[in-house]
Amino acid sequence: MERLRRTMMFVPGNNPAMIKDAGIYGADSLMFDLEDAVAISEKDSARFLVHNAIKTLNYGDTELVVRINGLDTPFGRNDIEAAVRAGVDVIRLPKTETKEDILAVEAVIEEVERKIGREVGSTRMMAAIEGAMGVINAYSIASASKRLVAIALGAEDYVTNLKTKRYPDGMELMGARSQIVIAARAAGIYALDTVYSDVDNEEGFKREVELIKQLGFDGKSVINPKQIKPVHEIYAPTAQEIRKSSDIVSAARAAQKEGLGVISLNGKMIDKPIIERAERLLQLAKAVGLYKEGMENEE
Amino acid sequence: MKFVKNATAGSLESNDIRVMVMENENAGIEIELESVVEKQFGKQIRKVIIETLEKLQIDNVKIIATDKGALDYTIKARVACAVYRACDIEEDFKWEVFN
Repeated sequence: MERLRRTMMFVPGNNPAMIKDAGIYGADSLMFDLEDAVAISEKDSARFLVHNAIKTLNYGDTELVVRINGLDTPFGRNDIEAAVRAGVDVIRLPKTETKEDILAVEAVIEEVERKIGREVGSTRMMAAIEGAMGVINAYSIASASKRLVAIALGAEDYVTNLKTKRYPDGMELMGARSQIVIAARAAGIYALDTVYSDVDNEEGFKREVELIKQLGFDGKSVINPKQIKPVHEIYAPTAQEIRKSSDIVSAARAAQKEGLGVISLNGKMIDKPIIERAERLLQLAKAVGLYKEGMENEE
Repeated sequence: MKFVKNATAGSLESNDIRVMVMENENAGIEIELESVVEKQFGKQIRKVIIETLEKLQIDNVKIIATDKGALDYTIKARVACAVYRACDIEEDFKWEVFN
């Protein structure tokens, strides 16, 4: 199973207390923010703090991401240098509009990797799409570099750009969300959804997570530790789903052994995409500790 | 590195430390520390500040630090940031300071 990216928690880059504690809540990824969460006058201090936190603190297997300022600001280059030198897993670009944005950041990353003797290509990238142009170019962005592991929707800037605002049902984001998932799948990378800012509205948050799971997203950006558990619960396969998938995979294996092309289970035809889905669900269940091979025979 | 002004980095939030840096011509490193954990960790905080200054090759400086329970990683980051601000340096940092 590839890495889980169900939750990516945003951590303000100039807050020592939040940076120190960020690892204890169980998010799959942590995103240290040098961009919007940091005042212009504190860009330098946040950069040193995040660099040193990544180098010093132990976050276990959690994926570490740094959101840099764009290369069109005076901060972008230094942010990349600080993050790559610290050994960050992923650099996240804000407001990506074209594949050239990706290539420009990639060039600086590579320059730093060569300078410090870090393996070229080992720093991965993630692009946030936050405007109409980015959505239009989603596939060309998603396929611009081998370093890209995911594209993500940044909804606040996006709805402003679209001359609307965020509504509880999220209809205004449907086009962008669909486009981003499709582009990510076509490019073979992850699709991550935007933040839900109303931290106290747990019901609204859960509805949104159900929706993005239905659309095909791999996970969601979260801004508060209490948003992590609901996402993981919603993304966890149910016992019934696990049982059904396990039956499908067993039937498929048996049929393969007997050289049968078409499989039928409980009177229903099972074809390749159904088997693939079942395998993926079992992989996810395994990764979150809900399933292990052969457990169906243990009862 | 040459000081061109006094500078401060960090804040008085919990787990942070505010570090003020001033030139201290030919008077060595002088540290004025106020900390919520002075009794337990005052010595260690001073040590981290001095080590960071040494790595930055700063010999004559006065530091006024107000600590709110910062971990070493924060102390180093704030000291380095305040020194770079005081020297008006905005790029080509000595990243090995944090090794």
